[in-house]
Amino acid sequence: MRVVEPVVELARGLWTTLRMMFDKPVTIQYPEQKKPVKARFRGRHVLNRYENGLEKCIGCALCAAACPADAIFVESSENTDEQRYSPGDRYASTYEINMLRCIYCGFCEDACPTEAIILGDQYELSFTDRRQSIYPKEMLIQPVPAGGKPTPQKTEPGVYTRSVPEMKDPQD
Amino acid sequence: MNFLLVLEWLIKGFVLALVLLGGFAYLTLYERKALARIQSRIGPNRAGPWGILQPIADAVKLIFKEELTPAKADKLIFTLAPVLTVVPAVVITAVVPWGPSLDIFGYHLNLYIANVNVGVLYIMSVASIAVYGIVLAGWSSNNKYAMMGGLRSTAQMISYEIALGLSFVSAVMLAGSMNMLEIVAAQSGYWFHFIPKWFVLLQPVGTGIFLIATLAEVNRAPFDMPEAEQELTAGYHTEYSGMKFALLFMAEYTKMIAISAIGATLFFGGFNGPFVDRFPWLGPVYIFIKIFILLFGMIWVRATFPRIRYDRLMAFGWKVLLPVSLALVFITAVGIILAQHFDNSVLLAVIPVASLLVAGVAVAMVDRTLRRKDYARR
Repeated sequence: MRVVEPVVELARGLWTTLRMMFDKPVTIQYPEQKKPVKARFRGRHVLNRYENGLEKCIGCALCAAACPADAIFVESSENTDEQRYSPGDRYASTYEINMLRCIYCGFCEDACPTEAIILGDQYELSFTDRRQSIYPKEMLIQPVPAGGKPTPQKTEPGVYTRSVPEMKDPQD
Repeated sequence: MNFLLVLEWLIKGFVLALVLLGGFAYLTLYERKALARIQSRIGPNRAGPWGILQPIADAVKLIFKEELTPAKADKLIFTLAPVLTVVPAVVITAVVPWGPSLDIFGYHLNLYIANVNVGVLYIMSVASIAVYGIVLAGWSSNNKYAMMGGLRSTAQMISYEIALGLSFVSAVMLAGSMNMLEIVAAQSGYWFHFIPKWFVLLQPVGTGIFLIATLAEVNRAPFDMPEAEQELTAGYHTEYSGMKFALLFMAEYTKMIAISAIGATLFFGGFNGPFVDRFPWLGPVYIFIKIFILLFGMIWVRATFPRIRYDRLMAFGWKVLLPVSLALVFITAVGIILAQHFDNSVLLAVIPVASLLVAGVAVAMVDRTLRRKDYARR
Protein backbone atom coordinates (compact mmCIF):
# COMPACT_ATOMS: atom_id res chain seq x y z
CA MET A 1 0.00 0.00 0.00
CA ARG A 2 1.56 3.22 -1.14
CA VAL A 3 -0.67 6.12 -0.27
CA VAL A 4 1.62 9.02 0.48
CA GLU A 5 4.53 8.21 -1.84
CA PRO A 6 2.72 8.78 -5.19
CA VAL A 7 1.52 12.17 -4.01
CA VAL A 8 4.98 13.02 -2.69
CA GLU A 9 6.46 12.10 -6.06
CA LEU A 10 4.11 14.48 -7.85
CA ALA A 11 4.85 17.18 -5.29
CA ARG A 12 8.59 16.69 -5.76
CA GLY A 13 8.16 17.31 -9.48
CA LEU A 14 6.24 20.49 -8.77
CA TRP A 15 8.84 21.58 -6.22
CA THR A 16 11.63 21.11 -8.76
CA THR A 17 10.01 23.41 -11.29
CA LEU A 18 9.06 25.95 -8.64
CA ARG A 19 12.63 26.04 -7.33
CA MET A 20 13.91 26.73 -10.84
CA MET A 21 11.87 29.96 -10.87
CA PHE A 22 14.33 31.47 -8.41
CA ASP A 23 17.36 30.53 -10.46
CA LYS A 24 19.25 33.20 -12.34
CA PRO A 25 18.07 33.21 -15.98
CA VAL A 26 20.69 32.02 -18.42
CA THR A 27 19.39 34.24 -21.22
CA ILE A 28 21.93 36.37 -23.06
CA GLN A 29 20.33 39.53 -24.44
CA TYR A 30 21.75 38.86 -27.87
CA PRO A 31 22.11 42.02 -29.92
CA GLU A 32 23.22 43.99 -26.85
CA GLN A 33 25.24 41.29 -25.09
CA LYS A 34 27.31 38.87 -27.07
CA LYS A 35 28.93 35.72 -25.87
CA PRO A 36 32.61 35.60 -26.91
CA VAL A 37 33.22 32.72 -29.32
CA LYS A 38 35.65 29.90 -28.56
CA ALA A 39 39.27 30.17 -29.74
CA ARG A 40 38.79 27.60 -32.52
CA PHE A 41 35.37 28.86 -33.61
CA ARG A 42 34.88 28.72 -37.38
CA GLY A 43 33.03 31.83 -38.47
CA ARG A 44 33.14 33.91 -41.62
CA HIS A 45 36.44 33.81 -43.55
CA VAL A 46 39.02 36.57 -43.55
CA LEU A 47 41.98 37.02 -45.89
CA ASN A 48 45.10 38.10 -43.97
CA ARG A 49 47.91 40.46 -44.83
CA TYR A 50 51.58 40.58 -43.87
CA GLU A 51 52.75 43.36 -41.57
CA ASN A 52 53.96 45.41 -44.50
CA GLY A 53 50.51 45.31 -46.05
CA LEU A 54 51.11 42.68 -48.74
CA GLU A 55 48.39 40.07 -49.11
CA LYS A 56 49.18 36.60 -47.89
CA CYS A 57 46.99 35.02 -50.58
CA ILE A 58 49.02 33.97 -53.63
CA GLY A 59 46.08 32.85 -55.74
CA CYS A 60 47.05 29.17 -55.79
CA ALA A 61 43.37 28.07 -55.54
CA LEU A 62 44.22 25.17 -53.23
CA CYS A 63 41.37 26.35 -51.00
CA ALA A 64 38.98 26.11 -53.93
CA ALA A 65 40.26 22.60 -54.65
CA ALA A 66 39.87 21.57 -51.00
CA CYS A 67 36.39 23.04 -50.67
CA PRO A 68 33.83 20.18 -50.44
CA ALA A 69 30.96 22.53 -51.16
CA ASP A 70 32.62 24.23 -54.12
CA ALA A 71 31.98 27.59 -52.52
CA ILE A 72 35.28 29.29 -53.36
CA PHE A 73 36.24 30.80 -56.71
CA VAL A 74 39.79 32.07 -57.26
CA GLU A 75 41.25 33.71 -60.32
CA SER A 76 44.94 34.60 -60.21
CA SER A 77 47.05 37.17 -62.08
CA GLU A 78 50.77 37.92 -62.34
CA ASN A 79 52.53 40.16 -59.81
CA THR A 80 55.12 42.62 -61.03
CA ASP A 81 57.55 44.70 -58.95
CA GLU A 82 55.70 47.81 -60.20
CA GLN A 83 52.30 46.50 -59.05
CA ARG A 84 52.84 43.97 -56.28
CA TYR A 85 49.89 42.54 -54.33
CA SER A 86 51.55 39.54 -52.68
CA PRO A 87 55.01 37.95 -52.44
CA GLY A 88 56.00 35.67 -55.32
CA ASP A 89 54.73 35.42 -58.85
CA ARG A 90 50.97 35.53 -58.59
CA TYR A 91 48.12 36.96 -56.56
CA ALA A 92 44.37 36.44 -56.41
CA SER A 93 42.79 39.03 -58.68
CA THR A 94 39.34 37.58 -57.97
CA TYR A 95 38.49 35.84 -54.74
CA GLU A 96 34.85 35.01 -54.07
CA ILE A 97 33.16 32.85 -51.45
CA ASN A 98 29.52 31.91 -51.76
CA MET A 99 28.30 32.07 -48.18
CA LEU A 100 25.17 30.09 -49.04
CA ARG A 101 27.30 27.14 -50.16
CA CYS A 102 29.98 27.35 -47.48
CA ILE A 103 29.59 24.76 -44.73
CA TYR A 104 32.29 26.25 -42.47
CA CYS A 105 34.30 23.02 -42.40
CA GLY A 106 37.62 24.84 -42.35
CA PHE A 107 39.26 22.70 -45.06
CA CYS A 108 40.29 25.88 -46.93
CA GLU A 109 42.14 26.98 -43.81
CA ASP A 110 43.99 23.66 -43.70
CA ALA A 111 44.78 23.70 -47.41
CA CYS A 112 46.20 27.22 -47.48
CA PRO A 113 50.01 27.13 -47.82
CA THR A 114 50.46 30.71 -46.62
CA GLU A 115 47.84 30.88 -43.82
CA ALA A 116 46.10 33.53 -45.85
CA ILE A 117 42.53 32.33 -45.31
CA ILE A 118 41.33 31.97 -41.74
CA LEU A 119 37.82 31.26 -40.47
CA GLY A 120 37.36 34.19 -38.11
CA ASP A 121 34.99 34.89 -35.23
CA GLN A 122 32.38 36.78 -37.26
CA TYR A 123 29.07 34.89 -37.34
CA GLU A 124 26.51 37.59 -38.09
CA LEU A 125 25.93 37.00 -41.78
CA SER A 126 22.70 38.09 -43.33
CA PHE A 127 21.55 39.04 -46.77
CA THR A 128 18.24 39.49 -48.48
CA ASP A 129 19.34 38.46 -51.98
CA ARG A 130 21.17 35.46 -53.38
CA ARG A 131 23.63 37.71 -55.16
CA GLN A 132 24.57 39.31 -51.86
CA SER A 133 25.60 35.91 -50.56
CA ILE A 134 28.72 35.97 -52.75
CA TYR A 135 31.38 37.77 -50.75
CA PRO A 136 34.08 39.30 -52.98
CA LYS A 137 37.70 39.83 -52.01
CA GLU A 138 37.03 43.41 -50.85
CA MET A 139 34.67 42.11 -48.15
CA LEU A 140 36.91 39.29 -47.02
CA ILE A 141 40.33 40.96 -46.86
CA GLN A 142 41.62 42.45 -43.62
CA PRO A 143 42.40 46.16 -43.47
CA VAL A 144 46.04 47.21 -43.95
CA PRO A 145 47.86 46.96 -40.58
CA ALA A 146 49.44 50.05 -39.02
CA GLY A 147 52.81 50.75 -40.63
CA GLY A 148 51.94 48.85 -43.78
CA LYS A 149 51.12 50.20 -47.22
CA PRO A 150 48.02 49.34 -49.24
CA THR A 151 48.30 47.03 -52.25
CA PRO A 152 49.40 47.29 -55.06
CA GLN A 153 52.82 48.29 -53.75
CA LYS A 154 55.89 49.31 -55.72
CA THR A 155 58.74 47.10 -54.47
CA GLU A 156 62.48 46.56 -55.02
CA PRO A 157 63.18 43.83 -57.54
CA GLY A 158 64.51 40.55 -56.17
CA VAL A 159 63.12 40.94 -52.63
CA TYR A 160 59.76 39.16 -52.80
CA THR A 161 60.69 36.12 -54.85
CA ARG A 162 59.32 33.52 -52.49
CA SER A 163 55.53 33.09 -52.49
CA VAL A 164 55.36 30.77 -49.45
CA PRO A 165 57.14 32.20 -46.40
CA GLU A 166 59.24 30.25 -43.89
CA MET A 167 56.73 28.98 -41.36
CA LYS A 168 56.75 27.23 -38.01
CA ASP A 169 54.37 24.44 -37.12
CA PRO A 170 51.04 25.78 -35.87
CA GLN A 171 50.73 26.07 -32.09
CA ASP A 172 46.97 26.00 -31.81
CA MET B 1 -38.16 48.81 -16.34
CA ASN B 2 -35.87 51.39 -14.89
CA PHE B 3 -33.72 53.11 -17.51
CA LEU B 4 -30.88 53.56 -15.04
CA LEU B 5 -30.90 49.81 -14.30
CA VAL B 6 -30.57 48.94 -17.99
CA LEU B 7 -27.72 51.41 -18.31
CA GLU B 8 -26.04 49.85 -15.27
CA TRP B 9 -26.30 46.38 -16.79
CA LEU B 10 -24.94 47.58 -20.09
CA ILE B 11 -21.98 49.30 -18.47
CA LYS B 12 -21.24 46.37 -16.17
CA GLY B 13 -21.45 43.87 -19.02
CA PHE B 14 -19.21 46.02 -21.20
CA VAL B 15 -16.66 46.51 -18.44
CA LEU B 16 -16.62 42.79 -17.62
CA ALA B 17 -16.12 41.88 -21.29
CA LEU B 18 -13.28 44.39 -21.55
CA VAL B 19 -11.68 43.12 -18.34
CA LEU B 20 -11.87 39.56 -19.66
CA LEU B 21 -10.36 40.55 -23.02
CA GLY B 22 -7.57 42.47 -21.31
CA GLY B 23 -7.15 39.61 -18.90
CA PHE B 24 -6.87 37.17 -21.79
CA ALA B 25 -4.22 39.30 -23.47
CA TYR B 26 -2.16 39.65 -20.34
CA LEU B 27 -2.71 36.03 -19.32
CA THR B 28 -0.77 35.01 -22.43
CA LEU B 29 2.07 37.29 -21.33
CA TYR B 30 1.80 36.02 -17.73
CA GLU B 31 1.97 32.43 -18.92
CA ARG B 32 4.93 33.08 -21.20
CA LYS B 33 6.78 34.95 -18.46
CA ALA B 34 6.09 32.34 -15.78
CA LEU B 35 7.01 29.45 -18.08
CA ALA B 36 10.18 31.28 -19.06
CA ARG B 37 11.19 31.79 -15.44
CA ILE B 38 10.56 28.13 -14.66
CA GLN B 39 12.80 27.24 -17.60
CA SER B 40 15.54 29.69 -16.47
CA ARG B 41 14.74 32.13 -19.27
CA ILE B 42 13.56 35.74 -19.18
CA GLY B 43 10.62 35.56 -21.55
CA PRO B 44 9.27 38.31 -23.77
CA ASN B 45 10.96 41.59 -22.89
CA ARG B 46 11.37 43.43 -26.19
CA ALA B 47 7.97 45.03 -26.78
CA GLY B 48 7.86 47.79 -24.19
CA PRO B 49 9.37 47.63 -20.69
CA TRP B 50 9.31 44.01 -19.39
CA GLY B 51 7.41 43.04 -22.54
CA ILE B 52 4.14 44.61 -21.40
CA LEU B 53 3.26 45.61 -24.95
CA GLN B 54 3.77 42.07 -26.23
CA PRO B 55 0.02 41.16 -26.20
CA ILE B 56 -0.72 44.28 -28.26
CA ALA B 57 1.97 43.32 -30.77
CA ASP B 58 0.52 39.79 -30.94
CA ALA B 59 -2.99 41.14 -31.47
CA VAL B 60 -1.87 43.47 -34.26
CA LYS B 61 -0.01 40.60 -35.90
CA LEU B 62 -3.03 38.30 -35.75
CA ILE B 63 -5.42 40.93 -37.09
CA PHE B 64 -3.29 41.65 -40.14
CA LYS B 65 -2.49 38.02 -40.89
CA GLU B 66 -4.01 36.39 -43.92
CA GLU B 67 -7.10 34.38 -43.13
CA LEU B 68 -7.30 31.06 -44.91
CA THR B 69 -10.41 28.97 -45.35
CA PRO B 70 -9.79 25.48 -46.71
CA ALA B 71 -11.48 24.94 -50.07
CA LYS B 72 -13.48 21.92 -48.91
CA ALA B 73 -14.36 23.33 -45.49
CA ASP B 74 -17.95 23.94 -44.49
CA LYS B 75 -17.69 27.74 -44.74
CA LEU B 76 -20.61 28.71 -42.52
CA ILE B 77 -19.72 26.38 -39.65
CA PHE B 78 -16.02 27.09 -40.10
CA THR B 79 -16.75 30.78 -39.47
CA LEU B 80 -19.32 30.14 -36.77
CA ALA B 81 -17.26 27.70 -34.68
CA PRO B 82 -14.78 30.23 -33.19
CA VAL B 83 -17.67 32.49 -32.21
CA LEU B 84 -19.49 29.56 -30.68
CA THR B 85 -16.38 28.75 -28.65
CA VAL B 86 -15.66 32.24 -27.43
CA VAL B 87 -19.17 33.31 -26.42
CA PRO B 88 -19.72 30.72 -23.62
CA ALA B 89 -16.26 31.47 -22.24
CA VAL B 90 -17.21 35.13 -21.77
CA VAL B 91 -20.85 34.59 -20.82
CA ILE B 92 -19.99 32.08 -18.08
CA THR B 93 -18.53 34.84 -15.89
CA ALA B 94 -21.87 36.69 -15.71
CA VAL B 95 -22.88 34.92 -12.49
CA VAL B 96 -19.54 35.27 -10.72
CA PRO B 97 -19.79 37.83 -7.92
CA TRP B 98 -16.68 40.02 -8.08
CA GLY B 99 -17.25 41.77 -4.79
CA PRO B 100 -19.85 42.89 -2.26
CA SER B 101 -22.21 45.75 -3.09
CA LEU B 102 -20.60 49.14 -3.35
CA ASP B 103 -22.14 52.52 -2.65
CA ILE B 104 -20.69 54.98 -5.14
CA PHE B 105 -21.93 58.58 -4.96
CA GLY B 106 -25.08 57.34 -3.27
CA TYR B 107 -25.73 54.79 -5.99
CA HIS B 108 -26.03 51.17 -4.90
CA LEU B 109 -23.89 49.04 -7.24
CA ASN B 110 -23.84 45.24 -7.25
CA LEU B 111 -20.59 43.79 -8.52
CA TYR B 112 -22.13 40.99 -10.57
CA ILE B 113 -24.01 40.93 -13.86
CA ALA B 114 -26.77 38.54 -12.89
CA ASN B 115 -27.84 37.08 -9.58
CA VAL B 116 -29.17 33.76 -10.87
CA ASN B 117 -30.58 31.55 -8.14
CA VAL B 118 -29.28 28.45 -9.97
CA GLY B 119 -25.89 30.00 -10.72
CA VAL B 120 -23.94 26.76 -10.47
CA LEU B 121 -26.32 25.00 -12.86
CA TYR B 122 -25.95 27.95 -15.25
CA ILE B 123 -22.17 27.57 -15.15
CA MET B 124 -22.37 23.84 -15.87
CA SER B 125 -24.74 24.27 -18.80
CA VAL B 126 -22.90 27.18 -20.41
CA ALA B 127 -19.56 25.40 -20.02
CA SER B 128 -20.95 22.43 -21.95
CA ILE B 129 -21.87 24.63 -24.92
CA ALA B 130 -18.18 25.38 -25.49
CA VAL B 131 -17.74 21.74 -26.57
CA TYR B 132 -19.91 22.40 -29.63
CA GLY B 133 -17.62 25.16 -30.83
CA ILE B 134 -14.57 22.94 -30.57
CA VAL B 135 -16.08 19.86 -32.21
CA LEU B 136 -17.60 21.95 -35.00
CA ALA B 137 -14.28 23.69 -35.57
CA GLY B 138 -12.62 20.31 -35.89
CA TRP B 139 -15.30 18.85 -38.12
CA SER B 140 -15.81 21.79 -40.48
CA SER B 141 -12.07 22.12 -41.18
CA ASN B 142 -12.26 18.91 -43.25
CA ASN B 143 -8.88 17.88 -41.91
CA LYS B 144 -8.26 14.57 -40.21
CA TYR B 145 -6.06 16.02 -37.48
CA ALA B 146 -8.57 18.73 -36.71
CA MET B 147 -11.33 16.11 -36.65
CA MET B 148 -9.35 13.90 -34.26
CA GLY B 149 -8.65 16.89 -32.02
CA GLY B 150 -12.28 17.92 -31.98
CA LEU B 151 -13.48 14.41 -31.16
CA ARG B 152 -10.89 13.93 -28.44
CA SER B 153 -11.85 17.27 -26.97
CA THR B 154 -15.53 16.32 -26.91
CA ALA B 155 -14.95 12.95 -25.31
CA GLN B 156 -12.60 14.43 -22.74
CA MET B 157 -14.77 17.40 -21.84
CA ILE B 158 -17.92 15.34 -21.49
CA SER B 159 -16.14 12.76 -19.31
CA TYR B 160 -14.55 15.28 -17.01
CA GLU B 161 -17.65 17.45 -16.81
CA ILE B 162 -19.26 14.73 -14.68
CA ALA B 163 -16.49 14.82 -12.09
CA LEU B 164 -16.52 18.63 -12.31
CA GLY B 165 -20.28 18.76 -11.73
CA LEU B 166 -20.07 16.37 -8.79
CA SER B 167 -17.32 18.44 -7.21
CA PHE B 168 -19.63 21.47 -7.57
CA VAL B 169 -22.34 19.48 -5.80
CA SER B 170 -20.34 19.24 -2.58
CA ALA B 171 -19.86 23.02 -2.53
CA VAL B 172 -23.56 23.50 -3.26
CA MET B 173 -24.52 21.15 -0.43
CA LEU B 174 -22.20 22.83 2.05
CA ALA B 175 -23.63 26.25 1.17
CA GLY B 176 -27.19 24.95 0.93
CA SER B 177 -27.76 27.01 -2.21
CA MET B 178 -26.94 27.13 -5.90
CA ASN B 179 -26.77 30.90 -5.81
CA MET B 180 -23.18 32.07 -6.20
CA LEU B 181 -23.68 35.00 -3.81
CA GLU B 182 -25.00 32.70 -1.10
CA ILE B 183 -22.13 30.27 -1.65
CA VAL B 184 -19.72 33.16 -1.09
CA ALA B 185 -21.70 34.31 1.94
CA ALA B 186 -21.55 30.78 3.40
CA GLN B 187 -17.75 30.95 3.22
CA SER B 188 -17.42 34.25 5.10
CA GLY B 189 -16.36 34.24 8.72
CA TYR B 190 -13.69 32.33 10.57
CA TRP B 191 -13.25 29.23 12.69
CA PHE B 192 -11.32 29.97 15.91
CA HIS B 193 -11.12 33.59 14.66
CA PHE B 194 -8.32 32.95 12.16
CA ILE B 195 -9.07 29.96 9.88
CA PRO B 196 -11.25 31.21 7.01
CA LYS B 197 -14.39 29.14 6.42
CA TRP B 198 -13.44 28.29 2.87
CA PHE B 199 -14.87 25.12 1.39
CA VAL B 200 -11.36 24.02 0.38
CA LEU B 201 -10.78 23.19 4.05
CA LEU B 202 -14.09 21.34 4.42
CA GLN B 203 -13.78 19.54 1.11
CA PRO B 204 -10.09 19.41 0.13
CA VAL B 205 -10.49 16.37 -2.10
CA GLY B 206 -13.46 17.93 -3.88
CA THR B 207 -11.29 20.98 -4.56
CA GLY B 208 -8.55 18.76 -5.88
CA ILE B 209 -10.97 16.98 -8.22
CA PHE B 210 -12.28 20.37 -9.34
CA LEU B 211 -8.76 21.56 -10.13
CA ILE B 212 -7.90 18.36 -12.05
CA ALA B 213 -11.18 18.35 -13.95
CA THR B 214 -10.82 22.01 -14.92
CA LEU B 215 -7.45 21.26 -16.48
CA ALA B 216 -9.19 18.71 -18.70
CA GLU B 217 -12.15 21.04 -19.23
CA VAL B 218 -10.02 23.88 -20.62
CA ASN B 219 -7.70 21.49 -22.51
CA ARG B 220 -4.59 22.42 -20.59
CA ALA B 221 -1.47 20.35 -20.09
CA PRO B 222 -1.18 17.58 -18.93
CA PHE B 223 -4.63 16.96 -20.44
CA ASP B 224 -4.05 18.88 -23.68
CA MET B 225 -4.89 15.87 -25.84
CA PRO B 226 -7.02 17.88 -28.31
CA GLU B 227 -4.02 20.06 -29.11
CA ALA B 228 -1.26 17.47 -28.79
CA GLU B 229 1.28 19.04 -31.14
CA GLN B 230 3.32 15.89 -31.55
CA GLU B 231 0.33 13.83 -32.65
CA LEU B 232 -2.21 16.19 -34.17
CA THR B 233 -0.18 19.21 -35.34
CA ALA B 234 -2.46 21.66 -33.53
CA GLY B 235 -5.66 19.69 -33.02
CA TYR B 236 -8.99 21.31 -33.73
CA HIS B 237 -7.53 24.67 -34.77
CA THR B 238 -5.07 23.25 -37.32
CA GLU B 239 -6.78 24.98 -40.25
CA TYR B 240 -7.50 28.26 -38.50
CA SER B 241 -5.44 31.39 -39.01
CA GLY B 242 -5.65 35.10 -38.44
CA MET B 243 -8.53 36.48 -36.43
CA LYS B 244 -10.45 33.18 -36.34
CA PHE B 245 -7.46 31.52 -34.71
CA ALA B 246 -7.23 34.45 -32.33
CA LEU B 247 -10.85 33.82 -31.31
CA LEU B 248 -10.18 30.16 -30.55
CA PHE B 249 -7.07 31.14 -28.64
CA MET B 250 -9.03 33.77 -26.78
CA ALA B 251 -11.74 31.26 -25.87
CA GLU B 252 -9.13 28.97 -24.38
CA TYR B 253 -7.53 31.62 -22.22
CA THR B 254 -10.78 33.32 -21.27
CA LYS B 255 -12.05 29.93 -20.14
CA MET B 256 -8.96 29.60 -17.96
CA ILE B 257 -9.79 32.91 -16.28
CA ALA B 258 -13.49 32.04 -15.99
CA ILE B 259 -12.87 28.64 -14.48
CA SER B 260 -10.32 30.09 -12.05
CA ALA B 261 -12.86 32.71 -11.02
CA ILE B 262 -15.46 29.98 -10.48
CA GLY B 263 -13.00 27.88 -8.50
CA ALA B 264 -12.06 30.87 -6.36
CA THR B 265 -15.75 31.54 -5.73
CA LEU B 266 -16.83 28.00 -4.96
CA PHE B 267 -13.90 26.74 -2.92
CA PHE B 268 -11.58 29.60 -1.98
CA GLY B 269 -14.02 32.02 -0.43
CA GLY B 270 -14.73 34.20 -3.46
CA PHE B 271 -14.23 37.85 -2.64
CA ASN B 272 -13.96 37.15 1.10
CA GLY B 273 -10.85 38.29 2.88
CA PRO B 274 -9.76 40.36 5.84
CA PHE B 275 -11.53 43.74 6.25
CA VAL B 276 -13.74 43.17 3.20
CA ASP B 277 -16.84 43.98 5.30
CA ARG B 278 -15.40 47.37 6.18
CA PHE B 279 -13.84 48.23 2.77
CA PRO B 280 -16.04 46.60 0.09
CA TRP B 281 -13.68 47.61 -2.73
CA LEU B 282 -11.18 45.07 -1.36
CA GLY B 283 -13.48 42.28 -2.67
CA PRO B 284 -12.44 42.53 -6.33
CA VAL B 285 -8.80 42.76 -5.20
CA TYR B 286 -9.07 39.55 -3.20
CA ILE B 287 -10.78 37.60 -5.96
CA PHE B 288 -8.22 38.92 -8.42
CA ILE B 289 -5.38 37.65 -6.22
CA LYS B 290 -7.07 34.25 -5.89
CA ILE B 291 -7.59 34.00 -9.66
CA PHE B 292 -3.96 35.00 -10.17
CA ILE B 293 -2.75 32.21 -7.87
CA LEU B 294 -5.04 29.59 -9.45
CA LEU B 295 -3.83 30.61 -12.91
CA PHE B 296 -0.27 30.25 -11.71
CA GLY B 297 -1.16 26.74 -10.61
CA MET B 298 -2.32 25.91 -14.14
CA ILE B 299 0.87 27.29 -15.67
CA TRP B 300 2.99 25.56 -13.06
CA VAL B 301 1.37 22.19 -13.74
CA ARG B 302 1.87 22.74 -17.46
CA ALA B 303 5.57 23.38 -16.89
CA THR B 304 5.94 20.28 -14.73
CA PHE B 305 3.95 17.32 -15.98
CA PRO B 306 4.12 15.61 -19.37
CA ARG B 307 0.97 14.89 -21.34
CA ILE B 308 -0.69 11.63 -20.30
CA ARG B 309 -1.77 8.97 -22.73
CA TYR B 310 -5.29 9.29 -24.12
CA ASP B 311 -6.67 5.94 -22.90
CA ARG B 312 -5.27 6.62 -19.44
CA LEU B 313 -6.86 10.05 -19.48
CA MET B 314 -10.26 8.52 -20.13
CA ALA B 315 -9.63 5.69 -17.65
CA PHE B 316 -8.65 8.22 -15.00
CA GLY B 317 -11.77 10.27 -15.64
CA TRP B 318 -14.24 7.39 -15.58
CA LYS B 319 -12.62 4.88 -13.24
CA VAL B 320 -11.04 7.17 -10.65
CA LEU B 321 -12.49 10.67 -10.62
CA LEU B 322 -16.13 9.64 -11.10
CA PRO B 323 -16.29 7.08 -8.24
CA VAL B 324 -14.27 9.30 -5.92
CA SER B 325 -16.46 12.31 -6.57
CA LEU B 326 -19.60 10.23 -6.06
CA ALA B 327 -18.18 9.05 -2.75
CA LEU B 328 -17.44 12.67 -1.84
CA VAL B 329 -21.05 13.67 -2.48
CA PHE B 330 -22.16 10.89 -0.14
CA ILE B 331 -19.62 11.85 2.54
CA THR B 332 -20.57 15.52 2.36
CA ALA B 333 -24.25 14.65 2.72
CA VAL B 334 -23.55 12.40 5.72
CA GLY B 335 -21.41 15.06 7.37
CA ILE B 336 -24.04 17.76 6.93
CA ILE B 337 -26.83 15.53 8.25
CA LEU B 338 -24.74 14.49 11.26
CA ALA B 339 -23.98 18.13 12.05
CA GLN B 340 -27.66 19.07 11.72
CA HIS B 341 -28.93 16.07 13.67
CA PHE B 342 -26.67 16.56 16.67
CA ASP B 343 -26.72 20.34 16.20
CA ASN B 344 -22.95 20.44 16.49
CA SER B 345 -20.94 21.97 13.65
CA VAL B 346 -17.74 20.27 14.88
CA LEU B 347 -19.13 17.12 13.25
CA LEU B 348 -18.54 18.80 9.87
CA ALA B 349 -14.92 17.73 10.42
CA VAL B 350 -16.12 14.24 9.40
CA ILE B 351 -16.19 15.52 5.80
CA PRO B 352 -12.50 16.38 5.29
CA VAL B 353 -11.30 13.35 7.28
CA ALA B 354 -13.46 10.83 5.41
CA SER B 355 -12.73 12.53 2.06
CA LEU B 356 -8.99 12.30 2.60
CA LEU B 357 -9.39 8.62 3.51
CA VAL B 358 -11.28 7.99 0.26
CA ALA B 359 -8.63 9.91 -1.68
CA GLY B 360 -5.91 7.85 -0.02
CA VAL B 361 -7.63 4.62 -1.03
CA ALA B 362 -7.99 5.94 -4.59
CA VAL B 363 -4.30 6.90 -4.77
CA ALA B 364 -3.25 3.48 -3.46
CA MET B 365 -5.46 1.70 -5.97
CA VAL B 366 -4.23 3.77 -8.93
CA ASP B 367 -0.65 3.22 -7.81
CA ARG B 368 -1.19 -0.54 -7.53
CA THR B 369 -2.77 -0.71 -10.98
CA LEU B 370 0.04 1.29 -12.58
CA ARG B 371 2.62 -1.00 -10.96
CA ARG B 372 1.03 -4.17 -12.27
CA LYS B 373 3.36 -5.57 -14.88
CA ASP B 374 0.71 -6.34 -17.47
CA TYR B 375 -0.72 -2.82 -17.31
CA ALA B 376 2.26 -1.13 -18.87
CA ARG B 377 2.10 -3.45 -21.86
CA ARG B 378 -1.51 -2.61 -22.65
